[in-house]
Order: sequence, then structure tokens, then C-alpha cells
Amino acid sequence: MLSNTDGYVTEDGRTIGGVVMEMKNITLRFGGVTAIKDITFDIREGEIRAIIGPNGAGKSSMLNVVSGFYVPQEGEVFFRGEKRPALKPFEVARQGIARTFQNIALFEGMSVLDNVMTGRLTQMKAGFISQSIWRGKAEKEEVENREICERVIDFLEIQSIRKTPVSRLPYGLKKRVELARALASEPKLLLLDEPMAGMNVEEKEDMSRFILDVNDEFGTTIALIEHDMGVVMDLSDRVVVMDYGKKIGDGTPSEVRNNQAVIDAYLGVSHD
Amino acid sequence: MPDQLIYAIEVFFNGLMAGVLYALVALGFVLIYKASGIFNYAQGVMALFAAMTLVGVMEGQVPFAHLINAVLGTKVHHFGWHLPALVGIVSTVLVMVVLAWLVQRVIFKHLVGQEPIILFMATIGLAYFMEGLGDMMWGSEIKKLDVGLPQGINLWIDEATYNIFDYGFFIDNLDIVATIIAITLVGSLVIFAQYTKEGRAMRAVADDHQAALSVGVSLNFIWIMVWSVAGFVALVAGIMWGTKSGVQFSLSLIALKALPVLMLGGFTSIPGAIVGGLIIGVGEKLFEFLVGPLIGGATENWFAYVLALLLLVFRPQGLFGEKIIERV
Repeated sequence: MLSNTDGYVTEDGRTIGGVVMEMKNITLRFGGVTAIKDITFDIREGEIRAIIGPNGAGKSSMLNVVSGFYVPQEGEVFFRGEKRPALKPFEVARQGIARTFQNIALFEGMSVLDNVMTGRLTQMKAGFISQSIWRGKAEKEEVENREICERVIDFLEIQSIRKTPVSRLPYGLKKRVELARALASEPKLLLLDEPMAGMNVEEKEDMSRFILDVNDEFGTTIALIEHDMGVVMDLSDRVVVMDYGKKIGDGTPSEVRNNQAVIDAYLGVSHD
Repeated sequence: MPDQLIYAIEVFFNGLMAGVLYALVALGFVLIYKASGIFNYAQGVMALFAAMTLVGVMEGQVPFAHLINAVLGTKVHHFGWHLPALVGIVSTVLVMVVLAWLVQRVIFKHLVGQEPIILFMATIGLAYFMEGLGDMMWGSEIKKLDVGLPQGINLWIDEATYNIFDYGFFIDNLDIVATIIAITLVGSLVIFAQYTKEGRAMRAVADDHQAALSVGVSLNFIWIMVWSVAGFVALVAGIMWGTKSGVQFSLSLIALKALPVLMLGGFTSIPGAIVGGLIIGVGEKLFEFLVGPLIGGATENWFAYVLALLLLVFRPQGLFGEKIIERV
């Protein structure tokens, strides 16, 4: 068992830091349905952490708890060593947790650049009069924010569609714009809800490359949900496996792959 | 130049000025509709309420005087002061902000995610509540509002046109001031929406709630802000109308005139509200002038609605509304 401050070295030789986010005994119910039962796991600095499991296992619910969209009935959430009270989603976002959605939530009426710029909203400090007249602090701030956004846009190779309204883009590019918006806020923790859902093989490969590059280049801590087992095993450093709201496995991809409970959940068990 | 044409030009300009006032009311509708999808039927009453509050504060009226006197048996009516217009306006803005907060806190916070028709019904309730509240607070008599805006014929235009056409145009100074204020207001709103962080957040909320939350925008804050801005716009409209024709309850009916303006301009477009207002203003004045005498007059009552209906046939989304395209 690792302590909270110790790091570890991944299978591919990267060094991972201490715990950024810790979920302790989380239980989430919707009326009579228990979506998450007593789950404990942590996310460490600089790692790519995957949550996998069959349909309806409670993966998205888990991510929604992390991002504050759901408030669990039981359990504690620790973020960067401090216990987090029940916050609103926008407050969680302001703490430096950015996310993408399973069914893409972009500002369809805005251009790609404007969408990415909204990712900087929480970082803007200048007063609105200063912003209106475009003088002083506001000007400097806008230029800085713009630079960060352009870097992200460059990084994700979406320069050519910077000015295009998002509603005109194909699905795969929208997913990438959503990732760009999340990245623009320079998050301490980036949550990706099925970043590759509905993509073809080529787009999946692109997205995988971007996720790895983001982690590598910016050192961003990433937690993601994914269905495609092959992708998950290639991408992630550690994997949480969920089934029927319970945690049935937690470890490196190779550990998880050989875990009997996980094999049973995915392939089914014979009852003879 | 024939007299008829000269008169028509004068009517045209007067129509433009009237249109500015329609546009001001329509603007309040657009703001709230854009940011929250609520069609705020109470916008007209908000203008009335703002104007009443302004007069009340400036004249030192005791709010709820009738109620207080009835319950306590006292005879208070006035504080006995007369405040300058600026103090009155600032206080009224504060009242409108508090009102915005209350509206969000008491009504719309509990109706998030409801059908548009339910939100609309809620605003009808709000409209009648505010009308009653305004009556109770400030009384129902017609009040004179004077914040020091210039009124009466503009002599310079009168003289200038007299020299050219041999006929002096009658353009009210108040209308000119209203136009200048409206232009300034729209300009600042556009700058606010495009260049400030709050404006960007407002556009974000208008577009997608979930996404807005995920980038750290508080929906509640934005909605209160938008209702406050709409309250401010209502105050400006209330001042203009109130100065022109006295603060009276029929003021709340201008909300109905804003409807055809919105249909013309589109419910989501700020420039649309302005152009729509101008078209209606000019249209009804010119129509009354040119066609009115032939069919017995009083066309101003219905012209705007017929014009809006005609437009609906050809462009359901309005002149500037967002195109309705379904992807299949």
C-alpha cells in the first residue's frame, strides 16, 4: 500500500507524485437506487487514472461526484490534502478541476476560439469597467489568456478551425474542442468522460495521442472513463474497475487484467 | 417640395423617436430571454414599477403609506424631502437589483429545467404581483416624473427645417434625448456582452448550462445579473415613458407593444430589438398618416400586430433571429 505522499514509478518508467484527489467510502443514491456503493480510491499527481466497467456500473456517476455535479450521501472527498465540503459544480471548477462530457457540452453558438476562451473565465480578475474600456489590467490579462488559449489550440492541432462556429464541426473535432476548453483552464485535475465514445479508429488514435501528450507535456493529472479496453490498457497508469456500483479491482493495467473478479465482470461467470 | 411629402418626413422622424421607446422595452425582453429562455411578461410592469419607485423616492413618499396608516392609525404620507434625480435613480437601481435577486431566489431557482410555458406563466404571475405591490407601495394615482430631461419643441431643428422647407418640423427634445440614451445603452450592452468576463459568462449560460458550470460559471449569479440589467433597462424605459405621459398603470401595457417588435427583430437579437422597434415606430406613424384618413384612423392600435403577423408568414424567426435549422 502506498502512502499519500509517496510516489511510484509507472510501467513505462514515469515518476508519479503524491495524492491529488482522494475519494473515501463514497456512496451515492438516487432514491432507492444505489449508484455507487462505498468506493474508495485516489488519483495521484501526474498520472492517468482510468475508471472502467460494464454499462451501468456507475462510472459516470463517479466522475460526476469528483466534479461536483453529484453530491454523495456518504463518504468524504479530499482535494490536495483538504477535505472538500459539498460544493456546487462551478465552485469545483474554480478549484481547478476541469471536465469534458460524454455527450459534448460546448457553446454551439460561439466560435472555437471563444469556446476555448471560456475556459479562462475563472482566471480573469480585472473589473468589468476596466474590461469594457479595454485599458490597464484587463488588456494585459486578455493578452495573456489569449496566449494560453492559442498554445492549447496549437497543441491540439485545431488552428484551422479557430474561427469556425462550433455547431458546424463534425463530432470528432467537437470532442477535441471540448478537451481544448478544459485544458485552457490549466486544470490541476482533468476529467474526461468517455473521450473516445463514438469515434472511428483514426480519431481514437488521435485522441489517445493527445491525452498522452497533454499528460507528458503539461504534466496534467488525468482521470478518464473509457469503454474501449484496448485504449484503457494502453493509456492509463492505474485502473479502477467498477461493477454494479462497487469497486471490484484497482491497480496497474496488468494487475487488473489478471484479476479474476474483473474477468468475471467482463466475460461473465458460468454458474455450474 | 409638396407639403404632403414634407409632412411625411416629419412623421417619419417622429416615428423613429417613438420606435426608440418600443425598442427600449423590447431590449429588456431580449436580455432575459437570451440568458435564461424565459419570456418575461413582467418587463412592462418592471418599467412601471421602476418609474413609480423613482418618483416615490424623489418625492419622499412613504412606501406602503396606506397600509401603515390603516394598521397603525397614523397619518404618514411624506418624509418631507425632495431628492435630486441622481440619488433617486441610484436608489431605484438598488431596488431593482434587490428585486432581481428576489425573483431568482423565490421563483426561478425552483423552476430550473421546467417547460418554457411554465416559466412564462410564472412571469405572468410576477407581473400581476408587481402591479399590486407597486399600487400598495406608492398608490395608484397618475404621477408626474421630472428628472430634468429637456422637453418641448427643439427650436434649432424647427428653425433649420423652416429655412429649408419653409415649414418647421416639430421634434420633441425629450425624443432626441431618449434616442441618445438608447444608443448609449445599447452600445454599452454590446460592449458588456462581447468584451467583459461577465458578458462572456452570460453568453455561455445562454448557450449551455452544463458546459457553463464546468468552466466555473455560477448560473445563479448570471441570472440575477441579467435580471438586474433588465431591471435597469426597464428603469430607463420607465423614465422616458413616465416623463412623456406621466407615471400611470397603462405604462405596463407598453409590454404588449414590445411583442410585435420582438417578432420582427427576433427574440434573441439585441440589434434586432432596436431595428424592430424603429420599424414598428416609423411604420405605425406613417401608416396612420398616409392610410389612416382613408379608413377612419386609429390604425396605431393594430398596425404593429398585423405587420408582425405578415412577417411571421415569411420569416418565422424574425429579421435577426437565429436560423432554425434541424440537422437530420
